[in-house]
Amino acid sequence: MHELGIVTHVAKTLDEVAEENKITRIGSVTLQIGEVSGIINDYFVDCWDYFKKKHPVLADAEMKIEIIPAVTYCEDCRSEYETVKYGKICPHCHSERTWLLRGNECTIKEIEAETQE
Amino acid sequence: MKVIELHKSVTDSNDRDADRLRAEMKEAGVLLINIMSSPGSGKTTLLSSTIKGMPETRIAVLEADIDSAVDAEKIESLGAKAVQVHTDGMCHMDAGMTRAGLEGMGFEDVDLAVLENVGNLICPAEFDTGAGKNVMILSITEGDDKPLKYPLMFETSDALVISKIDALPYFNFDMEKCMERARRLNPDIQIFPLSAKTGEGMDAWISWLHEEINRWRENS
Repeated sequence: MHELGIVTHVAKTLDEVAEENKITRIGSVTLQIGEVSGIINDYFVDCWDYFKKKHPVLADAEMKIEIIPAVTYCEDCRSEYETVKYGKICPHCHSERTWLLRGNECTIKEIEAETQE
Repeated sequence: MKVIELHKSVTDSNDRDADRLRAEMKEAGVLLINIMSSPGSGKTTLLSSTIKGMPETRIAVLEADIDSAVDAEKIESLGAKAVQVHTDGMCHMDAGMTRAGLEGMGFEDVDLAVLENVGNLICPAEFDTGAGKNVMILSITEGDDKPLKYPLMFETSDALVISKIDALPYFNFDMEKCMERARRLNPDIQIFPLSAKTGEGMDAWISWLHEEINRWRENS
Protein backbone atom coordinates (compact mmCIF):
# COMPACT_ATOMS: atom_id res chain seq x y z
CA MET A 1 0.00 0.00 0.00
CA HIS A 2 1.23 3.44 -1.00
CA GLU A 3 0.27 5.19 2.25
CA LEU A 4 2.03 2.67 4.50
CA GLY A 5 5.23 3.08 2.52
CA ILE A 6 5.14 6.83 3.02
CA VAL A 7 4.34 6.45 6.72
CA THR A 8 7.46 4.30 7.21
CA HIS A 9 9.56 7.05 5.61
CA VAL A 10 7.98 9.75 7.81
CA ALA A 11 8.70 7.63 10.91
CA LYS A 12 12.31 7.07 9.84
CA THR A 13 12.88 10.78 9.24
CA LEU A 14 11.31 11.68 12.61
CA ASP A 15 13.44 9.10 14.44
CA GLU A 16 16.50 10.86 13.03
CA VAL A 17 15.13 14.31 13.95
CA ALA A 18 14.41 13.07 17.49
CA GLU A 19 17.96 11.84 17.91
CA GLU A 20 19.50 15.06 16.56
CA ASN A 21 17.34 17.27 18.78
CA LYS A 22 17.32 15.09 21.93
CA ILE A 23 13.54 14.71 21.68
CA THR A 24 11.92 12.36 24.19
CA ARG A 25 8.34 12.49 22.93
CA ILE A 26 6.54 13.85 19.86
CA GLY A 27 2.99 15.09 20.52
CA SER A 28 1.94 15.89 16.98
CA VAL A 29 3.21 15.88 13.41
CA THR A 30 1.91 18.30 10.79
CA LEU A 31 2.19 17.12 7.20
CA GLN A 32 1.51 19.20 4.10
CA ILE A 33 -0.01 17.02 1.42
CA GLY A 34 -0.70 18.18 -2.13
CA GLU A 35 -4.19 17.65 -3.47
CA VAL A 36 -2.90 15.50 -6.36
CA SER A 37 -0.06 13.74 -4.52
CA GLY A 38 -2.00 10.49 -4.71
CA ILE A 39 -2.21 10.13 -0.94
CA ILE A 40 -5.59 9.25 0.55
CA ASN A 41 -5.70 11.09 3.88
CA ASP A 42 -7.98 8.68 5.75
CA TYR A 43 -5.80 5.69 4.81
CA PHE A 44 -2.74 7.68 5.66
CA VAL A 45 -3.94 8.50 9.20
CA ASP A 46 -5.00 4.85 9.74
CA CYS A 47 -1.56 3.66 8.65
CA TRP A 48 0.05 6.25 10.92
CA ASP A 49 -1.97 5.15 13.96
CA TYR A 50 -0.98 1.55 13.30
CA PHE A 51 2.69 2.18 12.58
CA LYS A 52 3.53 4.85 15.20
CA LYS A 53 3.27 2.29 18.01
CA LYS A 54 6.41 0.63 16.69
CA HIS A 55 8.43 3.81 17.42
CA PRO A 56 8.53 4.75 21.13
CA VAL A 57 9.13 8.44 20.51
CA LEU A 58 6.10 8.63 18.15
CA ALA A 59 3.68 6.41 20.07
CA ASP A 60 1.37 9.28 21.16
CA ALA A 61 1.89 11.53 18.15
CA GLU A 62 -1.24 12.84 16.49
CA MET A 63 -1.10 13.21 12.68
CA LYS A 64 -2.35 16.58 11.42
CA ILE A 65 -2.75 17.06 7.68
CA GLU A 66 -2.82 20.34 5.76
CA ILE A 67 -3.97 20.10 2.15
CA ILE A 68 -2.18 22.16 -0.49
CA PRO A 69 -4.56 22.92 -3.41
CA ALA A 70 -3.26 21.84 -6.81
CA VAL A 71 -2.61 24.54 -9.40
CA THR A 72 -1.60 24.03 -13.05
CA TYR A 73 0.19 26.57 -15.25
CA CYS A 74 -0.51 26.88 -18.98
CA GLU A 75 2.57 27.65 -21.09
CA ASP A 76 0.56 28.92 -24.04
CA CYS A 77 -1.77 31.47 -22.44
CA ARG A 78 0.27 31.85 -19.22
CA SER A 79 -2.69 31.43 -16.94
CA GLU A 80 -3.05 29.37 -13.78
CA TYR A 81 -6.05 27.15 -13.10
CA GLU A 82 -7.40 24.56 -10.65
CA THR A 83 -5.90 21.17 -11.53
CA VAL A 84 -8.60 19.00 -9.98
CA LYS A 85 -11.43 20.80 -11.77
CA TYR A 86 -9.90 20.99 -15.27
CA GLY A 87 -7.10 18.39 -15.42
CA LYS A 88 -4.35 18.49 -18.04
CA ILE A 89 -6.12 20.64 -20.66
CA CYS A 90 -6.15 24.41 -20.09
CA PRO A 91 -9.76 25.63 -19.67
CA HIS A 92 -8.86 29.04 -21.19
CA CYS A 93 -7.07 28.14 -24.44
CA HIS A 94 -7.43 24.30 -24.55
CA SER A 95 -3.68 23.80 -24.74
CA GLU A 96 -2.05 20.55 -23.59
CA ARG A 97 1.22 22.31 -22.79
CA THR A 98 0.52 22.66 -19.10
CA TRP A 99 2.55 21.96 -15.95
CA LEU A 100 1.68 21.29 -12.36
CA LEU A 101 2.82 24.28 -10.29
CA ARG A 102 1.95 22.85 -6.89
CA GLY A 103 -0.19 20.11 -5.37
CA ASN A 104 2.22 17.17 -5.52
CA GLU A 105 3.93 17.87 -2.18
CA CYS A 106 4.41 15.61 0.78
CA THR A 107 6.36 17.56 3.37
CA ILE A 108 6.76 17.32 7.11
CA LYS A 109 5.98 20.92 8.11
CA GLU A 110 6.50 20.82 11.86
CA ILE A 111 6.27 18.72 15.00
CA GLU A 112 5.33 19.44 18.59
CA ALA A 113 7.90 17.82 20.85
CA GLU A 114 9.31 17.49 24.34
CA THR A 115 13.08 17.57 24.68
CA GLN A 116 15.48 16.47 27.40
CA GLU A 117 16.37 20.03 28.44
CA MET B 1 5.91 20.89 24.21
CA LYS B 2 7.64 23.14 21.73
CA VAL B 3 7.07 23.46 18.02
CA ILE B 4 9.97 22.50 15.77
CA GLU B 5 9.68 23.56 12.14
CA LEU B 6 11.11 20.97 9.80
CA HIS B 7 9.90 21.57 6.22
CA LYS B 8 11.48 18.28 5.26
CA SER B 9 10.37 16.24 2.31
CA VAL B 10 9.00 12.86 3.37
CA THR B 11 11.53 11.19 1.10
CA ASP B 12 14.42 13.12 2.67
CA SER B 13 16.00 10.25 4.64
CA ASN B 14 15.60 7.86 1.68
CA ASP B 15 17.16 10.40 -0.69
CA ARG B 16 20.27 10.63 1.47
CA ASP B 17 20.47 6.86 1.79
CA ALA B 18 20.13 6.55 -2.00
CA ASP B 19 22.99 9.03 -2.56
CA ARG B 20 25.21 6.98 -0.24
CA LEU B 21 24.37 3.75 -2.07
CA ARG B 22 25.05 5.40 -5.46
CA ALA B 23 28.47 6.53 -4.23
CA GLU B 24 29.28 3.03 -2.96
CA MET B 25 28.28 1.46 -6.27
CA LYS B 26 30.40 4.04 -8.09
CA GLU B 27 33.34 3.13 -5.88
CA ALA B 28 32.79 -0.56 -6.65
CA GLY B 29 32.47 0.17 -10.40
CA VAL B 30 29.12 -1.60 -10.62
CA LEU B 31 26.34 0.08 -12.60
CA LEU B 32 22.96 -0.40 -10.92
CA ILE B 33 19.95 0.15 -13.16
CA ASN B 34 16.42 0.40 -11.78
CA ILE B 35 13.79 -0.99 -14.15
CA MET B 36 10.24 0.22 -13.59
CA SER B 37 7.06 -0.70 -15.43
CA SER B 38 3.51 -1.98 -15.13
CA PRO B 39 2.98 -5.69 -14.48
CA GLY B 40 3.03 -7.60 -17.75
CA SER B 41 5.16 -5.11 -19.71
CA GLY B 42 7.67 -7.83 -20.53
CA LYS B 43 10.41 -7.07 -17.99
CA THR B 44 11.54 -10.66 -17.54
CA THR B 45 11.46 -11.35 -21.30
CA LEU B 46 13.52 -8.20 -21.94
CA LEU B 47 15.99 -9.20 -19.22
CA SER B 48 16.35 -12.72 -20.63
CA SER B 49 17.10 -11.37 -24.13
CA THR B 50 19.45 -8.75 -22.67
CA ILE B 51 21.43 -11.37 -20.73
CA LYS B 52 21.71 -13.50 -23.90
CA GLY B 53 22.80 -10.44 -25.87
CA MET B 54 25.57 -9.49 -23.41
CA PRO B 55 27.51 -12.75 -22.96
CA GLU B 56 30.72 -10.98 -21.81
CA THR B 57 28.96 -8.91 -19.15
CA ARG B 58 28.52 -10.26 -15.63
CA ILE B 59 24.91 -9.49 -14.76
CA ALA B 60 23.05 -9.81 -11.47
CA VAL B 61 19.31 -9.31 -11.05
CA LEU B 62 17.34 -8.25 -7.98
CA GLU B 63 13.75 -9.40 -8.45
CA ALA B 64 11.34 -7.33 -6.37
CA ASP B 65 8.07 -8.19 -8.00
CA ILE B 66 7.45 -11.88 -7.50
CA ASP B 67 5.87 -14.11 -4.94
CA SER B 68 7.29 -17.26 -6.45
CA ALA B 69 10.79 -18.11 -7.61
CA VAL B 70 9.71 -18.52 -11.26
CA ASP B 71 11.30 -15.33 -12.60
CA ALA B 72 14.47 -15.73 -10.54
CA GLU B 73 14.89 -19.32 -11.73
CA LYS B 74 14.43 -18.24 -15.34
CA ILE B 75 17.15 -15.60 -14.96
CA GLU B 76 19.52 -18.01 -13.21
CA SER B 77 19.06 -20.62 -15.91
CA LEU B 78 20.58 -18.07 -18.33
CA GLY B 79 23.71 -17.83 -16.23
CA ALA B 80 23.07 -14.57 -14.39
CA LYS B 81 22.90 -14.20 -10.63
CA ALA B 82 19.43 -13.59 -9.28
CA VAL B 83 17.97 -12.87 -5.88
CA GLN B 84 14.43 -12.19 -4.71
CA VAL B 85 13.78 -9.16 -2.56
CA HIS B 86 10.76 -8.95 -0.31
CA THR B 87 9.17 -5.54 -0.01
CA ASP B 88 6.94 -6.61 2.91
CA GLY B 89 3.77 -5.62 1.08
CA MET B 90 5.18 -2.25 0.06
CA CYS B 91 4.42 -0.88 -3.39
CA HIS B 92 7.98 0.18 -4.18
CA MET B 93 11.65 -0.48 -3.46
CA ASP B 94 13.58 2.10 -1.49
CA ALA B 95 17.31 2.57 -1.07
CA GLY B 96 17.49 0.54 2.15
CA MET B 97 15.77 -2.50 0.63
CA THR B 98 17.94 -2.25 -2.50
CA ARG B 99 21.09 -2.13 -0.40
CA ALA B 100 19.99 -5.16 1.61
CA GLY B 101 19.31 -7.10 -1.60
CA LEU B 102 22.66 -6.16 -3.15
CA GLU B 103 24.61 -7.02 -0.02
CA GLY B 104 22.75 -10.30 0.37
CA MET B 105 23.57 -11.27 -3.18
CA GLY B 106 27.13 -9.96 -3.29
CA PHE B 107 28.14 -7.71 -6.21
CA GLU B 108 31.97 -7.84 -6.18
CA ASP B 109 32.09 -9.97 -9.35
CA VAL B 110 29.34 -8.08 -11.19
CA ASP B 111 29.48 -5.49 -14.02
CA LEU B 112 25.78 -4.68 -14.24
CA ALA B 113 23.22 -5.01 -11.44
CA VAL B 114 19.59 -4.81 -12.48
CA LEU B 115 16.81 -4.02 -10.03
CA GLU B 116 13.43 -5.22 -11.27
CA ASN B 117 11.23 -2.84 -9.27
CA VAL B 118 7.65 -3.57 -8.19
CA GLY B 119 5.24 -3.48 -11.16
CA ASN B 120 3.61 -0.10 -10.74
CA LEU B 121 3.99 3.24 -12.55
CA ILE B 122 3.45 5.54 -9.56
CA CYS B 123 5.29 4.86 -6.30
CA PRO B 124 8.58 3.49 -7.69
CA ALA B 125 9.10 6.87 -9.39
CA GLU B 126 8.86 8.69 -6.06
CA PHE B 127 11.49 6.70 -4.19
CA ASP B 128 15.14 6.89 -5.23
CA THR B 129 16.66 3.40 -5.07
CA GLY B 130 20.25 4.59 -5.39
CA ALA B 131 20.45 3.37 -8.98
CA GLY B 132 22.90 4.97 -11.41
CA LYS B 133 20.33 4.87 -14.21
CA ASN B 134 16.54 4.61 -14.19
CA VAL B 135 14.83 2.77 -17.01
CA MET B 136 11.14 2.53 -17.71
CA ILE B 137 9.47 -0.08 -19.89
CA LEU B 138 6.20 0.73 -21.63
CA SER B 139 4.67 -2.03 -23.73
CA ILE B 140 2.67 -0.95 -26.74
CA THR B 141 -0.35 -2.86 -25.42
CA GLU B 142 -0.59 -0.30 -22.59
CA GLY B 143 -1.28 2.60 -24.97
CA ASP B 144 0.51 5.76 -26.16
CA ASP B 145 -1.28 7.96 -23.61
CA LYS B 146 0.72 6.73 -20.60
CA PRO B 147 3.09 9.75 -20.49
CA LEU B 148 0.01 11.88 -19.86
CA LYS B 149 -1.19 9.69 -17.02
CA TYR B 150 2.07 8.93 -15.22
CA PRO B 151 4.24 11.99 -15.90
CA LEU B 152 6.62 11.52 -12.94
CA MET B 153 7.70 8.08 -14.18
CA PHE B 154 8.73 9.57 -17.54
CA GLU B 155 10.41 12.57 -15.89
CA THR B 156 12.62 10.43 -13.62
CA SER B 157 13.68 7.87 -16.24
CA ASP B 158 16.95 8.14 -18.18
CA ALA B 159 15.75 5.64 -20.75
CA LEU B 160 12.40 4.46 -22.03
CA VAL B 161 12.06 1.02 -23.60
CA ILE B 162 8.94 0.70 -25.74
CA SER B 163 8.47 -3.06 -25.75
CA LYS B 164 6.50 -5.61 -27.79
CA ILE B 165 6.80 -3.68 -31.08
CA ASP B 166 6.25 -6.98 -32.92
CA ALA B 167 2.58 -6.54 -31.94
CA LEU B 168 2.30 -3.00 -33.42
CA PRO B 169 0.14 -4.07 -36.39
CA TYR B 170 -2.56 -5.30 -34.00
CA PHE B 171 -2.77 -2.30 -31.68
CA ASN B 172 -3.74 1.32 -32.04
CA PHE B 173 -0.43 2.64 -30.72
CA ASP B 174 0.93 5.90 -32.15
CA MET B 175 4.73 5.63 -31.78
CA GLU B 176 5.42 9.22 -32.87
CA LYS B 177 2.87 10.62 -30.47
CA CYS B 178 4.14 8.52 -27.57
CA MET B 179 7.75 9.62 -28.17
CA GLU B 180 6.70 13.26 -28.49
CA ARG B 181 4.75 13.05 -25.21
CA ALA B 182 7.67 11.41 -23.40
CA ARG B 183 10.18 13.97 -24.74
CA ARG B 184 7.94 16.86 -23.76
CA LEU B 185 8.18 15.65 -20.15
CA ASN B 186 11.85 14.74 -20.38
CA PRO B 187 13.84 16.17 -23.32
CA ASP B 188 16.94 14.05 -22.46
CA ILE B 189 15.19 10.67 -22.33
CA GLN B 190 16.72 7.90 -24.51
CA ILE B 191 14.01 5.91 -26.28
CA PHE B 192 14.41 2.30 -27.46
CA PRO B 193 11.49 0.77 -29.35
CA LEU B 194 12.18 -2.96 -29.44
CA SER B 195 10.87 -6.50 -29.43
CA ALA B 196 12.65 -8.89 -27.08
CA LYS B 197 10.81 -11.69 -28.88
CA THR B 198 12.00 -11.03 -32.46
CA GLY B 199 15.18 -9.18 -31.48
CA GLU B 200 14.26 -6.04 -33.44
CA GLY B 201 15.75 -2.95 -31.82
CA MET B 202 17.69 -4.97 -29.20
CA ASP B 203 21.10 -3.87 -30.60
CA ALA B 204 20.56 -0.19 -29.79
CA TRP B 205 19.43 -1.02 -26.26
CA ILE B 206 22.40 -3.31 -25.60
CA SER B 207 24.86 -0.75 -27.04
CA TRP B 208 23.43 1.86 -24.70
CA LEU B 209 23.92 -0.48 -21.72
CA HIS B 210 27.55 -1.16 -22.71
CA GLU B 211 28.21 2.58 -23.07
CA GLU B 212 26.65 3.34 -19.69
CA ILE B 213 28.62 0.55 -17.95
CA ASN B 214 31.86 1.97 -19.42
CA ARG B 215 30.95 5.54 -18.54
CA TRP B 216 30.10 4.52 -14.96
CA ARG B 217 33.52 2.85 -14.59
CA GLU B 218 35.49 5.70 -16.17
CA ASN B 219 34.35 8.17 -13.55
CA SER B 220 34.76 5.84 -10.60
